[in-house]
Amino acid sequence: MPYLYNTSEDQAAMLAAIGAGSISELFAMVPAEMRLNRPLALPPAMSELELTQHMTALAAKNEHAGSKVCFLGGGSYDHFIPAVVDEIAGRGEFYTSYTPYQPEVSQGNLQVVFEYQTLITRLTGLDVSNASLYEGGSAAAEAVLMAISSTKRYGKAIVPASLHPEYRQTIATYLTNLGVELRTIETPGGVFKPQDLAAAVDDQTACVVVQQPNFFGCVEDAAALATIAHDAGALTIAAFDPLSLGLLRRPGDWGADIAVAEGHTLGTPMQYGGPYLGFMACRESLVRRMPGRIAGQTVDRRGKRCFVLTLQTREQHIRREKATSNVCTNQGLFALRATIYLALLGPQGLRETANLCLQKSRYAAEQLTNHDRFELAFDAPTFKEFVIRDRAGRVDELLSNALTAGFFAGVPLGRWYPALDDCFLVAVTEKRSKREIDSLCQAIA
Amino acid sequence: MNPEKLLFAKTHEWVAVADEGGQKIATVGLTKFAVEALTDLVFIELPKVGRQVKAEESFCEVESVKAVSDVYAPVTGEVIAANESLPENLETLSRDPYGDGWIARIRITDDLALKKLMDHAAYQKQCAEESH
Repeated sequence: MPYLYNTSEDQAAMLAAIGAGSISELFAMVPAEMRLNRPLALPPAMSELELTQHMTALAAKNEHAGSKVCFLGGGSYDHFIPAVVDEIAGRGEFYTSYTPYQPEVSQGNLQVVFEYQTLITRLTGLDVSNASLYEGGSAAAEAVLMAISSTKRYGKAIVPASLHPEYRQTIATYLTNLGVELRTIETPGGVFKPQDLAAAVDDQTACVVVQQPNFFGCVEDAAALATIAHDAGALTIAAFDPLSLGLLRRPGDWGADIAVAEGHTLGTPMQYGGPYLGFMACRESLVRRMPGRIAGQTVDRRGKRCFVLTLQTREQHIRREKATSNVCTNQGLFALRATIYLALLGPQGLRETANLCLQKSRYAAEQLTNHDRFELAFDAPTFKEFVIRDRAGRVDELLSNALTAGFFAGVPLGRWYPALDDCFLVAVTEKRSKREIDSLCQAIA
Repeated sequence: MNPEKLLFAKTHEWVAVADEGGQKIATVGLTKFAVEALTDLVFIELPKVGRQVKAEESFCEVESVKAVSDVYAPVTGEVIAANESLPENLETLSRDPYGDGWIARIRITDDLALKKLMDHAAYQKQCAEESH
C-alpha cells in the first residue's frame, strides 16, 4: 500500500498533464539498476497511541546534557539559559515569524534584528553586524569569501590547525571551485605562532582566520597575528567565543576586520546537528561585501522611527548571480534568543559569567592534573576549555567509563589530530558545580 | 569634454583617446544617459590602479538605491589612474559626466576594441531606441 496516497486516476491525470505515458516512462532517465523495483520494506502502520508510545521509548534512549553532567565543548557548550529567554522568545508574535521576507510589515521583528545587530557590534567592537547567519562554521567560510572579494586576492587564505577542524572543512568546501588555496599552519604548541604566520603570508593572501580562544581553549596572541596580516595587506578574521568577551579584548579592539562566532551559547541549548546561530560583524568599509540581511533604522513620512532592510543591493534577489552570497535569510528565532540573553545579562552579567567559566575551568584543570595519569597538553593560558593528555593513552575507554558513571567527560581529539590521539578536550561552563567537577575527577582518575 | 568628439560602447561608457608621449591613453566614464537611468547613486567601487583589463569585462561597479550595475572596460589595457575623488563626490557623475565625472584612465595595449566603439551619432541613435 502506498504511503503517499493518490489513486490510479490521480496518477493518470498527472501523467497526462505532463505528457508522460506511464510512471516507468517518467523515470526512464534514471538507470534501471538504480531504481527500486519493490515496495519499501516498512513495518505496518501503527495507531496514534502505538506511535506515541514508540516515539517516547525512542526519545528516552537519548543521552543528553540534561541527563548527564556535561563537560563537552569543541564549539557547542552547556551554558545556562535563564527562563526569561524562553518566556519572551516563546511569544506567538516572535515564535511563529521566521525571517523578514516581507520585512517592513513586521516592524517588531525588524526592531529585534536591529537591536540584535547593535548588541553584536558592541560585543565585537566592530562597526556593523548582519542579521545573523546559520552557524559559526559557515559564517567563517562566508567571511573568507568576503575577504577574497574585497581584497581581490585569489592566492590563498591562511588558517591555523588551532581553528576548529570543522570550520576548516567548511571553508575548504566553500573554496573548492574558486582556485584559492587554503593553507593550514600546524600548531604543535597549541597556539598559532606569529612567526609561522609571517613566513606564510604574502601579497596574494586574502586573509588569515584566528580563533580566539582557539579550538584547544588556548588564548592566541591575536593582536600580533592581526598586525602581521595587515602589514601584508591581508584581512584578519576573528572566530570568537561570545562569552569569552566578558574577559578578553573585543575582536575589533585587537585588529580583526571581520568577526564571526557560533552564537548558540547565548540563550539556545546544545542541539545535535543544529540549528545553531552564526554571528558576523565587520568594519564599515567592508559592509558592501557582507552577506545576509541588514536591518536599518529610519523615519517614516510622519517622522516616526521605523525599521527597514537596508543595503539590499548586495543581496541575491536584486544582484542575482553577482550577489555577495547566496544567503538570503537569517536565523531569526535564535538571534532573538541571543538578543534577550545579552540584554538580560548586560556587560556586568557577561563579565561574571565569563569569570565563572574561567575560575571553574581552572579548578577542573588543577584537580584533573593532580592525578599522575593526566597532564595539560599545552602551556598556553586557557579560558573555559583545555586539552588533557591521558598518559595511559586509553582515551576511548576512559570516556566510555565516564559515560557509564554519568559524565560526558570530553571530546576525544584523535579524530582530527592524529598526534593528539591520547588527548581529550574538556569544557567547563558556569553551570558546573565544584561537586560535579570533583566527581568527574573521581570517576575517571 | 565635448561628447560629440567621444567614442561610445554599447554598454554606455564613453572613451576619449589621446596620444601621450607615443602611448595611447583612454579616459573612460559613464554617459549622461546611463547616469540618468541609474537614478540616485550611493556607491562606486573604482578599479585598482595597475589592473589589466580586457575590453567588455566588468572593471568597476556603481550602486544606486535600486541596483548595482557593472561598468565595462571599453578598451583593453592597464588602468593607470582612477578618479579617487568620485566615491566621496558621487554627484559629480551626474553633474559633469564627460568631465570631472571621469572614472579611469587606461593605457591601451590592444587597438582592436577601439574599432567596435560607436561615434556620437550612432550612440545617440542607440539611446533613442532604448528609451522607447
